[in-house]
Amino acid sequence: MKHTMTRLLTSILTVAALASPAAFAAGGGNIHLDDAGINLKDKASLQRGARSFVANCLNCHSAQFMRWGHLTQIGLTEDQIKDNLMFNPDAKFGDYMTTALDPKDANAWFGAVPPDLTLAARSRGSDWIYTYLRSYYVDPSSPTGWNNAVFANVNMPHVLHDLQGSAAKIVVGEKMNHGKKEDVTKLVIERAGTMTQPEYDLYIRDLVNYMTYMAEPARVQRQQLGVGVMFFLVVAFFAALVVKREYWKDVK
Amino acid sequence: MASGTKAAIAPPVSGPVGQVIVWVDQRFPLMSLWKGHLAEYYAPKNFNFWYYFGSLAMLVLVMQIVTGIFLTMNYKPDAKTAFASVEYIMRDVSWGWLIRYMHSTGASMFFLVVYLHMTRGLMYGSYRKPRELIWILGCLIYLTLMAEAFFGYLLPWGQMSYWGAQVIINLFAAVPFIGPELAVWIRGDYNIGDATLNRFFAFHVIALPMVLLGLVAAHIMALHEVGSNNPDGIDLSKHMDAKTGAPKDTIPFHPYYTVKDVVGVVVFLGLFSSIVFFAPEMGGYFLEKPNFIQANPLKTPEHIAPVWYFTPFYAMLRAVPSFFGSAFWGVMVMGAATLILFALPWLDKSKVRSIRYRGPLYKKFFAAFIVSFLVLGYLGVVPTTVWGQIPKALPIIGGLDTATLVSRILTAVYFAFFILMPWYTKKDIPNELPEPDRVTA
Repeated sequence: MKHTMTRLLTSILTVAALASPAAFAAGGGNIHLDDAGINLKDKASLQRGARSFVANCLNCHSAQFMRWGHLTQIGLTEDQIKDNLMFNPDAKFGDYMTTALDPKDANAWFGAVPPDLTLAARSRGSDWIYTYLRSYYVDPSSPTGWNNAVFANVNMPHVLHDLQGSAAKIVVGEKMNHGKKEDVTKLVIERAGTMTQPEYDLYIRDLVNYMTYMAEPARVQRQQLGVGVMFFLVVAFFAALVVKREYWKDVK
Repeated sequence: MASGTKAAIAPPVSGPVGQVIVWVDQRFPLMSLWKGHLAEYYAPKNFNFWYYFGSLAMLVLVMQIVTGIFLTMNYKPDAKTAFASVEYIMRDVSWGWLIRYMHSTGASMFFLVVYLHMTRGLMYGSYRKPRELIWILGCLIYLTLMAEAFFGYLLPWGQMSYWGAQVIINLFAAVPFIGPELAVWIRGDYNIGDATLNRFFAFHVIALPMVLLGLVAAHIMALHEVGSNNPDGIDLSKHMDAKTGAPKDTIPFHPYYTVKDVVGVVVFLGLFSSIVFFAPEMGGYFLEKPNFIQANPLKTPEHIAPVWYFTPFYAMLRAVPSFFGSAFWGVMVMGAATLILFALPWLDKSKVRSIRYRGPLYKKFFAAFIVSFLVLGYLGVVPTTVWGQIPKALPIIGGLDTATLVSRILTAVYFAFFILMPWYTKKDIPNELPEPDRVTA
C-alpha cells in the first residue's frame, strides 16, 4: 500500500516515455509522404544516385560539405570518380562538391539561391524529398509553369520532366477538413516522359538514397558499431549484476 | 616537529603501492578523503531504483566534459565557419560523429537524469531539514545546467540554434525600461551575430563548466556532511551500530553502492547507446530538423520550439497573456517557476518526509504537479493550435486556443503545488501513516 505512489509515479513516467515519441511524431505536416525505401548498403543504388545527383542537381545546387574523395565510401575508385563524376577539370579529389552557378545569377534567374543539398535529407527527411520530386504538376499561373503538391509555389522548375513527363492536378472529390470543404486532388501524367512511372520512381529512389548517404556518411558505420556496443553492454550487464549480487549477499 | 611526519592511515593494500599511498597520505589527506567519501561513507541500505540518478548525473557530466574537450579541438566559434566546422567534425574527424552524437545525446540525457534525480528528492522529502542546503545547491546546479545547455545550443549555428537564441534573448528585451539595451548588451550586437557566438562559446566551454563543477563538489560535500536520506524518509541515527559508529541500517558506500551503481551505469549506457547509434536525432527532439540548415537571419523557421527539456517553462511563457502591452509577465512567471524550487524546504510543513507515509491530500497535489509538468512539456513542443479553438460563442475564453487555456490551468496547478504546500501538508497530518522505526525494503 505504502509503495503505491512510487509505483504509480514510475508507471506514469514509463507510459509518458513510451507514448511521447508517437505523440511527437503526430505533430508533423498533413501531407502524406511516400516511403523512400532507403537502403544505404545497396552500393549500386548509391552509385546510380550519385551519378544522377551530379548530372541533375549539382548544376545549380552545391553540396558544400561533401568531398568528392568521400565517394570512395560507396564503392567507387578514385579514377571512376574523376572520370565519370568530376566534370570541372580544375577540381581536386579532396575538394568539396560545389556548384558552378554564381549566387548573383541564381538570384537574377530564379529569384533565390538554390539551397545547399548536403544535409537536405536530414533537414527535410528522405521521404519528403522522394515525394517532392515526384509531385510536380503543370501550373500556368506560376512563373516557371510548374508547381508542386508537396512544396507549394516552389521556385525550382521540374528539371526532370523529360524523364517523368508532365502531370496535371485534377480534382477527384471533396472532403471536410475542420468544418471547411476541401478538394481531394490527384496528379495524373498527361504527357509521357522517357521513363515509365515505375522507372522514374526507381530513379528518384536511387537519387534520394544517395542524398541520404551524403547527409550522414557515417550512418552505416554508426549502426554497425552500435550492434557491437549493445552486445558488449548486455554481457557487461550480467557481469556487473553477478558482482553486485556477490557483494550484497552479506547485506541483511 | 619540523622534520616530523604525520602518522599515515593504514593503506588498503600492502606492498609498493601501499608504500606510495603512505608517502602521499603523509603529505595529502588521501586516505581520509577515500574513507570519508567512499569506504566509510555510510549510506542507507534500502536505496531503490530512484537512487541511481545521482551517480548517473556525475557520469554524464564527465562525459560531456570529455567529449566537449574533443569537440573544441575542431569546432570554430565563428559565425562564418561554425556550421561547416560541425559538418567537418561529422565527416572528416576520426570518430568525430561519435563524439558529437555523444555530446548532443548527453545534453538531453543530462536533463532526463537530473529531472529524475529531482523527482526522487521530491518524493522522499530529501530537501527537508537538515538537507536544505543540498537541495539549494542542487537547484543552482539545475539553473546552471539550463544556462549551459542554452549557450551550447547556439554553437552549431543552425536555424533552430539561431532562432531559439533569438526567442530567449528577446525575453530579456521585454524587461521594462532597460529591456532593449539589456538585449543588446547580452548579444554584443544589434542582432545575434559573431560577437554573440563568441561569448556564448566562452560561457559554454569554460565559465559555466567551472561553476558546475564547483557546485557539484559542494552538493556532494553537503550531502556527505549530513548523510543521505532514504526512501522511508526516517532518521536513522536513533539506532547506532557501536562497532562502525554509523547507523545500523547503513552500509559503506564502497564497495556496496559502487558495485550497485555500476549495474545502473551499464543499463543507462544501454539506453544512451541505443540513441547515439540508432536514433541520434531522436525523431527531431534531440537534434531538431531545422538545425541541419545553416543559420539565416533573414528566414524565420515555420515553428520555433526549444529543445524538449525547456518546453514546460516555454509553455508557461506562451500561456501568460500580455498585460498593458508588455510580455514581461510571461517572463516573470517562467522565472518564478524555476526560482520557487528554492523555497521548497520551507514550504513543506509535513511531519513526515517520504511520500510513503504522507496523507492522500499530498499525493493528489503531487500527482497533479507531475502531470502538469509533463503535459506542459508536451504543449511546449507543439504549436498552440494543436488542440483547436474554443467556440467563439463561449464568454471570456471563447476564441482562445484550447492548448493555451490548458497551459494556463496547468501553470496554475504547477504553482499551486508550491504555494498551497504549507496549507495542505499541515492539513494532511491526521491521515498520515505511522513511519516505521527501521528502514523497509
